[in-house]
Amino acid sequence: MNKAGQNKSLRHEIKSVRRAAYFFLAPALIPIFVFFFVPALAAFVLSFTDFDIYSLSNIEYARFVGWRNYAQLFKDPLFWKAMTNTLYYVLVGGPLSIAASLGTALLVNSRLIRFQGLLRAIYFAPVVTTLVAVAVVWRFMYHPRFGLLNYALSFLGIAPIDWLGDPTWAMPAIILMSIWKNFGYNMIIFVAGLQNIPAQLYESARIDGANAWEQFKSITLPMLAPTTVFVSIIAMIGNFQLFTEPYVMTQGGPVNSTLSIVLLMYQQGFRWWNLGYSAAIAFVLFGVILLGALLQAKLQKRGEA
Amino acid sequence: MIKSLGKFLIIGLAIIIAVVTLAPAMWMLSASFMSTGEASTFPPRLLPTRITFEHYFTLFTRLQLSRYLVNSLVLSVSVTAISLFFNSMAGYAFAKYRFPGRDRLFRFLVAEMVIPAQVTTLPLFLMLNKVGLINTYAGVIVAGIATIYGIFLVRQFALSIPDSFIEAARMDGASDFRIYWRVILPRCKPILITLAIFTFMGTWNDFLWPLIVMTDDSMYTLPVALANLTGEHVQDTELMMAGAVMTILPVMIIFVALQKYYISGIMAAGLKE
Repeated sequence: MNKAGQNKSLRHEIKSVRRAAYFFLAPALIPIFVFFFVPALAAFVLSFTDFDIYSLSNIEYARFVGWRNYAQLFKDPLFWKAMTNTLYYVLVGGPLSIAASLGTALLVNSRLIRFQGLLRAIYFAPVVTTLVAVAVVWRFMYHPRFGLLNYALSFLGIAPIDWLGDPTWAMPAIILMSIWKNFGYNMIIFVAGLQNIPAQLYESARIDGANAWEQFKSITLPMLAPTTVFVSIIAMIGNFQLFTEPYVMTQGGPVNSTLSIVLLMYQQGFRWWNLGYSAAIAFVLFGVILLGALLQAKLQKRGEA
Repeated sequence: MIKSLGKFLIIGLAIIIAVVTLAPAMWMLSASFMSTGEASTFPPRLLPTRITFEHYFTLFTRLQLSRYLVNSLVLSVSVTAISLFFNSMAGYAFAKYRFPGRDRLFRFLVAEMVIPAQVTTLPLFLMLNKVGLINTYAGVIVAGIATIYGIFLVRQFALSIPDSFIEAARMDGASDFRIYWRVILPRCKPILITLAIFTFMGTWNDFLWPLIVMTDDSMYTLPVALANLTGEHVQDTELMMAGAVMTILPVMIIFVALQKYYISGIMAAGLKE
């Protein structure tokens, strides 16, 4: 074959490779574009309109209002309440949950434990349960009079707590339930991280006379740092989206003590049909999540340097 | 002496945590077999005095639970099958095909993962409303046809498949699709099983999206129906527990059967990033 012919067949091949690639990509990327990317952009536009229930029947009723939704939002005490509650959940619940994950990971990874696989499966089981069903069950566990939790606490001499009826206790109750529901997931990731730590490190530490606590502090924790950062970022993104627990257990109450950002977004959007306002809430949520993720990534970089 | 005390403490702690972890689920199961009102006694009863199936009977007759079970099943199976197919094709293309802008496109997609799904719900609802897909299976499914995370997982896995397998199949005259179907898919089995379990459970357990899309009672998924029932039957503890059991049971069965794949999948996904 001459050179020109070779070039031609090569060009032909490149073209057919390209065509095959597009053929494989299109079925996934077109839906992602239409049902994820376009709505995300549209939400941004929506957040600058006064789209409401009248616009639902005729879109021409919607007008651009500039930053009005955002301005209104930042003046809305309910929004700040929801933001404070969500931050409470993220900043208290997140670290506690990760501590529980790490603790149980160390436990199931301990050589002293025999049925490691079984224990791991038991600890993990709440993760696969349906959140709505779990919230329904825990609502009864938290019952001030007939609930199992207060009954168990009564043996420790603790007086009954109105978990979901008391504004002070409602958010801690939701945090406690989320820890129970979620710790198993990150536990598994920590177990994988623990198994990746070379055993020689511990051996040489033992030879140097380091006790268990010193080994944990100077080997386990530093070696797990990348895993911890990864897990914290994922947990934070998930925790900011708190919705189902308050929706099922408290409807945001009592006195808005469990109202979360997403619950507020849902109420504004799908109960009162203030879709423009609701979209602004969604974007503030997005902004906060983005900020949090960047901050954590930056802290990690600084830790490495 | 100290060593055996430490061992005793660790084992004791492990057992206590296991009991606490299982307690809510055990109590749910137990209460679902109690007769009406028995769960609301003081001191709380741990086991039913007499086992009754009346609540399960009520669920399936008067409350049409089978309807919701079917809805949940249809949606979870469809989303899993469709997204597995499309995600694996795209993941394969990103891993093994050279085309202009590939890496940039892939990086762009991965960056999009920080956008929380809630941001898209409002416009997506309006879109579906416009084309009449509200209150249909298709309306719930469209949001899960393909996922960036799924594409990402398959791509990472497919990268490790040697090119020589693909070249050999091409020499034999296999078409691109045939290579994907007969060479790539079988080798991607571990990640596909993991992804299938993730997707099935994610769709089964999802709440916000079906809550928004399904406006008619007969189209509710199990979680939406259960949340709705709790509003109406708030006093009926035992009935609610039976409903919770029926909602959790299918995913629990899958978990117990496939937990080996599931757990190793999470480990792999967690370490890659």
